[in-house]
Amino acid sequence: MSTVPLLEISNLRAAFPGPNGPVEAVRGIDLTLDEGAVLGIVGESGSGKSVAMMAVLQLLPAAATVTGSARFKGRELVGMPRGQIRQILGREIGCIFQDPLSAFNPVLTIGAQIVEALRLHDRHISRRAALARTHDLLASVSIPQPHLRAAQYPHEFSGGMRQRAMIAMALANSPSLLIADEPTTALDVTVQAQVLDLLRRRAQEDGIGMVLITHDLGVVAGMARNIAVMYGGRVVETGSAEQIFYDTCHPYTRGLIAAMPRMDQSDAPLVSIDGTPPSIFARPPGCSFAPRCHMAEPACSLTDPALVQAGSTLSACLRAHELAAEGNTRVAE
Amino acid sequence: MNTPPALEVRNLSKDYPVGSNLLGTRPARMLRAVSDVSFSVAQGKTFGLVGESGCGKSTLGRCILRLLEPTSGTIVLAGRDITHLDARAMRPVRRDLQIVFQDPMSSLHPGMTVRRILSEGMRLNGLDAQAEAVRIAELITLVQLPQDVAARYPHELSGGQRQRIGIARAISVDPRVVVLDEPVSALDVSIQAGVLNLLRDLQARLGIAFVFIAHDLSVVRYVSHRIGVMYLGQIIETGPADAVFSAPQHPYTQALLSAIPLADPRAERARRRVVLEGDLPSPLDPPSGCRFRTRCNRAQPRCAVDPPVLTPNTDHSVACHYPGPDHAPYLDPQNHPIQHGVDV
Repeated sequence: MSTVPLLEISNLRAAFPGPNGPVEAVRGIDLTLDEGAVLGIVGESGSGKSVAMMAVLQLLPAAATVTGSARFKGRELVGMPRGQIRQILGREIGCIFQDPLSAFNPVLTIGAQIVEALRLHDRHISRRAALARTHDLLASVSIPQPHLRAAQYPHEFSGGMRQRAMIAMALANSPSLLIADEPTTALDVTVQAQVLDLLRRRAQEDGIGMVLITHDLGVVAGMARNIAVMYGGRVVETGSAEQIFYDTCHPYTRGLIAAMPRMDQSDAPLVSIDGTPPSIFARPPGCSFAPRCHMAEPACSLTDPALVQAGSTLSACLRAHELAAEGNTRVAE
Repeated sequence: MNTPPALEVRNLSKDYPVGSNLLGTRPARMLRAVSDVSFSVAQGKTFGLVGESGCGKSTLGRCILRLLEPTSGTIVLAGRDITHLDARAMRPVRRDLQIVFQDPMSSLHPGMTVRRILSEGMRLNGLDAQAEAVRIAELITLVQLPQDVAARYPHELSGGQRQRIGIARAISVDPRVVVLDEPVSALDVSIQAGVLNLLRDLQARLGIAFVFIAHDLSVVRYVSHRIGVMYLGQIIETGPADAVFSAPQHPYTQALLSAIPLADPRAERARRRVVLEGDLPSPLDPPSGCRFRTRCNRAQPRCAVDPPVLTPNTDHSVACHYPGPDHAPYLDPQNHPIQHGVDV
């Protein structure tokens, strides 16, 4: 029996008012996340990856227009009245942002903020019980001396510890979906390893579905079951982690992988992608990657290709089938 | 046959006084940000300094440039001790010693065109207008940008282009040594690769020595010939890049390497991680003996008493009482038995 996916996004669009009419930051994306699975959304700055998730959660400024559909356990989130979505956010959907220093209120203790998150969604829990649960939550994210730590302010925590406290808060009401937007980007690599390890463990133990937004291919490689690569406000390729890394059928994904310095080979020159990502105000006609693509043909600047099955992945490229036929893409040309 | 290294740093330390109050009734404590660091860079080579935030790598970079005054130690530029030169005597030396900063938006003057930015250094070195125009065109070609950027302002350029201008400015005066402080960490991956290739290319052509400071180990490995790994102000392991990365001896280097996420799902799943426990100790109150011992899985009683020093006179040296390989497959699980289920 097919069940309802945890999160199903279809033809989601988000636009902001611009000087010459609306500007689309997200241009029709489709994504599906099953219960307990991890979906990685990868893209460079300006690809629309964060805006897409903010649009789903209605966290964009009021001036933004969001259309399309985002169903969470079958319930439509786009256009849902504010009062209703606030019932879902923080309870059934937890969020973790890049910068925990600005996500916490600096004048309230960490404990008070987690207690607030608990009591907001559960009127019957007593202050005392909420505090006890807060201590458990902090302990569960490996914060030593949770009783003392709960009484401290965000600035008294180190960066990694603050991010762990943020995870504790996001998990406070046992959500079934966790949206993590660049959760480790501000952290040092050894701290990043601790935080990713914690996220992975908690998501597995509690069967939480997770959308992990990042610019770091390395981070999704170890975390995500499925990956969506975004460019210019669209999903340009999607598939399982293995398919994306070993059998990519999109020149942009291929370029990204070849552009990453690898620890196990130092001498092969990196393959850089010429040019810069398109500005949201001046999108090229046709495929938005075409101006930087070494495989582009005249047809590429006429049509914006749809996501179609090519080889093992879904790829939005007119020449995806050629790439699929080439096979082994681990060897960068 | 006895050319001195382009840059040599000997026993450099930098202390910051902290915690004194305004009235001076409470004495300042000393925070040792860089502690007894020595290394040298040969002409045309790159020394990579890696470490996490707060390890002192940027302070060290700034001390080399004499943008910060080192508390003790010696900086020798092409055989000449520049540690105690005054501001006036430093001026001609600065021509040989340049820096590229992380954020080109704040290190390029927003009110100057690229042409002005690039000409400043040359003017100070007395090039005439004719030669200047030629040189600017040459520099722009060197950093692989179109000539029309000369008339533009920094805000009109993309991040990658701005950083290329930052690099062009640094090399405009033909320096011997350029310190690059996190030059690519603000750039997207696809752009970063281009700048890294440019740096390798420039070095091959111009024979400049680089001190490359970064927190991203894969980036450092790509550009560096030799590496120094820093922890709490000290270099704890140093050697040829290949040796340090493929056979790290210090438990901290090993933990650092094992923490890097690999863009390879199968390798990522197969590898065993050394996850460091706890947080970085406060540099105001570093642990006795070995500074890493509080987070080290090999620590013995001796480590609390006896501070280890870098093994002398070896190409690959390590400051640890119990150095040696870890038994985890770090980087290439293909060549090691893959251990399943022992993940953290």
